[in-house]
Amino acid sequence: MRLFANTAALVGKELQTEFRSRELLITTMFFVLTVIALFSITFDAAVSDPKSVAPGLLWLAILFSSSLMLQPCFLKERTNDTLSALRLSVGDPFAIFLAKLVANVCLLLITELLALPLFAVFFNVKIMRVFPQLILVFLLGSIGIAVTGTALSAISSQARMRELLLPMLLLPLLVPILLASTEATAALLGENPALRWDWLAILAAFDVVFLTALWLFGEYLLEE
Amino acid sequence: MAKTGVYTFLVCVLMGVTAYFSFFVAPTESTMGLVQRIFYLHAPSGMVSLMAFLISCIGSVAYILTRRPKWDWLAVSSAEVGVAFCTVVLLTGPIWAHPAWGVWWAWDARLTSTLVLWLLYVAFLILRTMIDDADRRALVSAFFGVFTFLDVPLVYGSIWWWRTQHPQPVVFTSAGLDPTMRKVFYLSWLSLTCLMALLIRQRYELESSREELRTLEQELEAT
Amino acid sequence: MSERIGRPAGLKFTKIEKRFGSLYALRRLDLEIAAGECVALTGRNGSGKTTLLRVASQLTRPTRGELAFSGLKEGAVPAIGYVSHAIMLYEELTAEENLQLFGRLLGIAEPRRRALELLEATNLAARTASLVRTFSRGMKQRLAIARALLNNPGVMLLDEPGTGLDTESMVWLANRIRELRDQGRTIVMSVHGESALSQLATRAARLDAGTLIADTRAGATFQSVFAVGEA
Repeated sequence: MRLFANTAALVGKELQTEFRSRELLITTMFFVLTVIALFSITFDAAVSDPKSVAPGLLWLAILFSSSLMLQPCFLKERTNDTLSALRLSVGDPFAIFLAKLVANVCLLLITELLALPLFAVFFNVKIMRVFPQLILVFLLGSIGIAVTGTALSAISSQARMRELLLPMLLLPLLVPILLASTEATAALLGENPALRWDWLAILAAFDVVFLTALWLFGEYLLEE
Repeated sequence: MAKTGVYTFLVCVLMGVTAYFSFFVAPTESTMGLVQRIFYLHAPSGMVSLMAFLISCIGSVAYILTRRPKWDWLAVSSAEVGVAFCTVVLLTGPIWAHPAWGVWWAWDARLTSTLVLWLLYVAFLILRTMIDDADRRALVSAFFGVFTFLDVPLVYGSIWWWRTQHPQPVVFTSAGLDPTMRKVFYLSWLSLTCLMALLIRQRYELESSREELRTLEQELEAT
Repeated sequence: MSERIGRPAGLKFTKIEKRFGSLYALRRLDLEIAAGECVALTGRNGSGKTTLLRVASQLTRPTRGELAFSGLKEGAVPAIGYVSHAIMLYEELTAEENLQLFGRLLGIAEPRRRALELLEATNLAARTASLVRTFSRGMKQRLAIARALLNNPGVMLLDEPGTGLDTESMVWLANRIRELRDQGRTIVMSVHGESALSQLATRAARLDAGTLIADTRAGATFQSVFAVGEA
C-alpha cells in the first residue's frame, strides 16, 4: 500500500539524515545522562533508599529529554520548506507523521538503551535479568511519547516561544505515561521482578488512543 | 439582554440558596466539623470543570470539521470557565485539608488529576496566546484541545489506579454521605452548572463581539 | 524528457479569497487559465502572487472560493510541479538522494533512473553524489526544477524562478521554460517585471493587493501589464 511505501521511504530519510550528523542523538543522550547524574546526586543524600526513587527519576529524565529532542522534528522542515515538498509528493499526509513517529521511537529507544547502563551504575540496580521486559516498557512508553511529541512538534513549530512551548504542552499530557512507565519499571527492578500487565495496558491504551487521534486529525495540522 | 439579566438573577438566587443550605441545612460532619462544608463547593466544582472541558472538546471537534469560528469561541470560553472551576477545586482542597488533616496538600486521586487537568488547560490557553493568526490559532488549539480531552480519561484512570496501588491515609472523600448531605451536594452541583453555563455564555458573547469588531476593522481597511 | 507528459490542465479560480489573520492576501479573485497557456504573473511585493501560486498547487486552502481544474478525466488529480522561493530540498542529502526520495513518494516507477535522467537534463550530473548544502544558488534552483519535473507534470507553477540566478543560469532557465512551454504544459510563473522569462509568456496578468488589475486576455497589452507606474 502506498501509505506504507511512503512511510518506509520517509523513515529512511529521517534516519539517514540523523545518522549522518548524529547531532540530535548525541546532544539528547548527553542531556539524559546529565539529568540522571544530577538526579542521582540530589537524591543520594536526601533519600535513605535511592533505589526506590530511581525508576521515577529515570522516566523524568527521559520525558525532559524527549520534550527537547522532539522540538526540531517539524521545525527543521521549515528551513527550506521541505514540508511543502512532502505534502505535494505523498498521497496521504499521515505518512509524514507516521514516518516521523517511527523515526522518533527509534531515536528515543537508542537514547534510552544508551542511558540504561549508566542509570544502572548510578543507582545500583540490576537490569540484565529483566532486560527484555524493560525493553518492552521502554517501547510502549516511547511510542506514547513519540506520538504526542511528534504531533505537538507540528503545533509548536507554528507558534512563538516554541522552545518552551513544546515541553509545556507535552509534559502534562504525558502524565499517564510517566506514572505507568515508572510503576512498570519499578516492578521490574524491585526485589521480585514482575511484569505488570495492568500498567502495560494503560501504556498501550494511551498509544492506541493518540495514534488514532493523530490519524484522524493530523492532516489538519499541516494545512495552511 | 433582558433575558441574560433574568438568568443572571436566577443563578445568583440559586447560588444564594445553595450557600444557605450548605451552611445551615446540611448536618455538621462528625469528625471535621464546620470546615467540611467546603466539600459542597470542592467536589461539584470538579465535576463542573469536567463538564466545561467536555463542551470545549465538542467545540474543538466541531471547529476542525466545520471551520465556523463560533465553535472556536465556544472552545475557548468553556476552557477558560473550566480552568476557573479547576482553580476553585485546587484552592478549596488545601483550605479543607489543613484544618481537617493538618496537611496543606495530599496527592489524592481527585486532587492530583485536577492539578494535571489544570496544567493541561492552562497550557491550552497559553498556546492560544502564542499564535497571532486567528484561523491558525483556532485550528491548532482545536487540535490540542482534542488531544487534551482524550488524555483526561487516561489521566484520571492512571492516577486512580496508581492511588489504588499505593493507598494513602489522608483521603478527601465524602464516603458515607448522609441523605440530606447528598441532596445539598446535588443542589450545589445544579447551581454551579447553571453558573458555568452563564459564564460560558458571557465569555462566548465577548469573543463574538471581538470578532465582529475585528471584521469591521478589516472591512474598513479594505475600502 | 521523452516520456509522456502528464495531461496539461486548465485552472479556474472562482472568487478566491485568502486571509492570513487580519491580512487579505487574495480578494475575490477570478482567473481562468487554459490548458497549455504560459502565463506570466506580475505585481508588487505582497500583491498576492505567491499566495495565488500556493493555492493553485493546493498547498494553501483558500478561505473562500473554489479552484477547479479543466481538461482532466473525471475525478483525476492533476500532476503539478511547483517551484517556490524556498528550494524545497533536503540540504543534508545528495542531489540524487533528494530526487530519489521524492520520486519514490510520488510513486514513480524506477525512481533512480528518473533521478539520474533529470540530473543529466539539468546539467547536474557531475554533482549527483554531492550534498545539496554545497550547491550554489543556481544549482539549487536547477535541482528544484528537476524535483518539480519528477512526475512529468502537465502544470508547472514557478514562483519568481529567476531570483538570485546569474546570467548563465538565467539563460538556462529561459531555455528550459521555453522547452516546457513548447511541450504543451500549462505554465504559470510569477515574475518581477519584464525579463527573459516574461518574454516567453503567451499571456500576462498583473495582481495588486490581491486582485487582478490587468490581463492581456482582457485586451491589455503586454507592455501595459508590465509597466511600472503609480501604484
